[in-house]
Amino acid sequence: MTSLKIAFAPEAAERKHKERITGSEAIIHSLLEEGVDTIFGYPGGAIMPFYDKLYLFQDKLMHILSRHEQGAVHAAQGYARASKKVGVCVATSGPGATNLITGIADAMIDSTPLVCITGQVASPLLGTDAFQETDVVGISAPVTKWNYQITKASEIPEVLAKAFYIARSGRPGPVLIDITKDAQFGEFEFEYRKCISLRSYKPVPELDKTQVEKAADLINKAKKPYVLVGQGVLLSGAQAELDAFLKKTGIPAASTLLGLSALPADHPNYVGYLGMHGNYGPNIKTNECDVLIAVGMRFDDRVTGDVKRYAKQAQVIHIDIDKAEINKIIKADCPIIADAKEALQALTAKCEAKTHQDWMNEFKACDEIEFDKVIAKEVYPSSGKVTMAEVIRHISELTSGEAIVVTDVGQHQMVANRYYKYKKPYSNITSGGLGTMGFALPASMGAALGAPERPVIAVIGDGGFQMTIQELGTIFQFQIPVKILVLNNEFLGMVRQWQQLFFEKRYSATEMTNPDFVTIAKGYQIDANRVEHREELKTSLENWLNHPGPSFLEVMVEQEENVFPMVPTGASVSEVRLE
Amino acid sequence: MIHLFSLGVFTEDKIGLLNRTTGIFTRRNISIESLTVSETELSGVFRFNIKIKTTHEQIQKVAGQIEKLIEVLRVQVFEEDETIYQEIALYKVPTSELIKSDNIERLVRLHSARILYVGPEFMVIEKTGHKEETQQLFADLEPFGILEFVRSGRIFVSKSTENLISYLSKVESHPTQLQPIV
Repeated sequence: MTSLKIAFAPEAAERKHKERITGSEAIIHSLLEEGVDTIFGYPGGAIMPFYDKLYLFQDKLMHILSRHEQGAVHAAQGYARASKKVGVCVATSGPGATNLITGIADAMIDSTPLVCITGQVASPLLGTDAFQETDVVGISAPVTKWNYQITKASEIPEVLAKAFYIARSGRPGPVLIDITKDAQFGEFEFEYRKCISLRSYKPVPELDKTQVEKAADLINKAKKPYVLVGQGVLLSGAQAELDAFLKKTGIPAASTLLGLSALPADHPNYVGYLGMHGNYGPNIKTNECDVLIAVGMRFDDRVTGDVKRYAKQAQVIHIDIDKAEINKIIKADCPIIADAKEALQALTAKCEAKTHQDWMNEFKACDEIEFDKVIAKEVYPSSGKVTMAEVIRHISELTSGEAIVVTDVGQHQMVANRYYKYKKPYSNITSGGLGTMGFALPASMGAALGAPERPVIAVIGDGGFQMTIQELGTIFQFQIPVKILVLNNEFLGMVRQWQQLFFEKRYSATEMTNPDFVTIAKGYQIDANRVEHREELKTSLENWLNHPGPSFLEVMVEQEENVFPMVPTGASVSEVRLE
Repeated sequence: MIHLFSLGVFTEDKIGLLNRTTGIFTRRNISIESLTVSETELSGVFRFNIKIKTTHEQIQKVAGQIEKLIEVLRVQVFEEDETIYQEIALYKVPTSELIKSDNIERLVRLHSARILYVGPEFMVIEKTGHKEETQQLFADLEPFGILEFVRSGRIFVSKSTENLISYLSKVESHPTQLQPIV
């Protein structure tokens, strides 16, 4: 790489003289230069030179030893999402590197900034099937925003500077840097300058003012405009701009799964959650609005249902920083390729102050239907076993909606995100696009370290919990104060629900015979309890939440509960089922 | 409807970038009809010429995904009639058979081919042209016994006036103007 293709920040005046150090030490200095203070990882042969140097920097760089590399990468994801910084994880070559792949794929589809560093066999051994050699650059190519293999120590600062720049800028994503063992041992004169530009990469497109005017015109003329809020709002930090836009225009706004918490649940314009298990109104009104304003979202199939019958009546304004998202799923009548913050600011200035009270009331009418048919009985049940929804309602009340809620994948995830009343942004951390079971427990560790001032709750099903249960060891060792909740229905609940609804109740491989989770948690010396009856629920939840340090609570819930509303696969959003 | 498209992908010199690019087709189950890769006149900038059959809608999405790759400088999409294109074919034929025949001169002349090499064992004929044309010469030479045949992927120049390389050259000569170009 020459300086013509990449630009760096000018050297800071107070910078120390160049010094001759090893590649391993250069990795550490590069991380420190990027402001990294916490990393997640797992050592092994090919990354040992790095770990050896790390020993000398323990006061500056906290290393959280996970119990599996998948735990490290999910923790880095949780850390990134809670702290708004780049998450960093480290693994060795071969199995260490391949174990990162699920988390990297998850970060790619959910736009989470990560820098993953993997050790690699020494460069002369590349391609020889050496011990723990695997082509991680090849394997990770489809699931990384960028990756690179370093074979010379002197490449380290420049490549890492580029890695951090690419991971965090534009639409964020995971970057993997594979570093051969000889590059870690090699010595060179270290000098670090942050990357500020690449000629082949324009992270933030220039806002096209004519498109903004066209969009404002559509919005000003609209009778039933409707805003869909995606994670792009959070990634752009555009919460205040979104609020100002909604307050001025009076437009109702719904959120995607990953957009949750960008608007507080009690925001006057907020009408609920979109998608397969989203709220009733937000789904059916998609096919009744006349202008659809999508902000930083990508029309996932879980949001759109059948695309051929999705918002056909509406003019679509699609704001996204990623040009490739425009027209990918839903044709945009007015695309605005820009950062959400900048676009919303410009749009607010051009839009007329309005109210859409009648239109807003239509959503409220839908809410009442949903409340009667679905919510009342699951949130306030009087008999039968405990429901997931009532557990979440209690937690939401007990934490005043102030916690970070990290969810796994399945029924509990949908229920938690339907009923937790988020008050603060960056509070919903979940595996959205990839739907990675086992995400929540390790991600909650990262979230707790990334936002130490905030309470962090992990809500997990009995299936997903057992996919990364070993991370209880990490939580114990580092006393990470996460509150772990397992909603146990002794089933892979979401799959079972589909089997009930679409496969004539053939419960193939969904019933779980579980171990005693409380005993397991206690084995890790984590405070642990189980709730089986409604009468004990609230007190147990209070004790669990108030316990200093990590704590575990298992709630035995209704076994064959279904999550509604539901837009069945292939159905239109207007065919959302309430029962 | 399926059309034939030519993609010009201008890239930085980066190991693995071709893998990432072809992965975009693999993931969508699109077959690549032909592919050539070479350095442009500007040192360090490479050009992939990719020929694929797909729909207008899909080609735009694919081009968007390729352009999104970090080291890709620009992707140009052309339909068949927007480019001037050419392929090259080499035919290795036994010298003895050709010498026996009095057709060789006629064939070379007829096909506007040329003889690149003549040795005691074999000779090599070169022909540039579209696939049908190089295929026709193959058929005409087949009776002589073709020892080896190779045809390149398609290379093309567009009828468009945009010249990315001259822009890049300007940037190269004035590094202070360095701006992202995609």
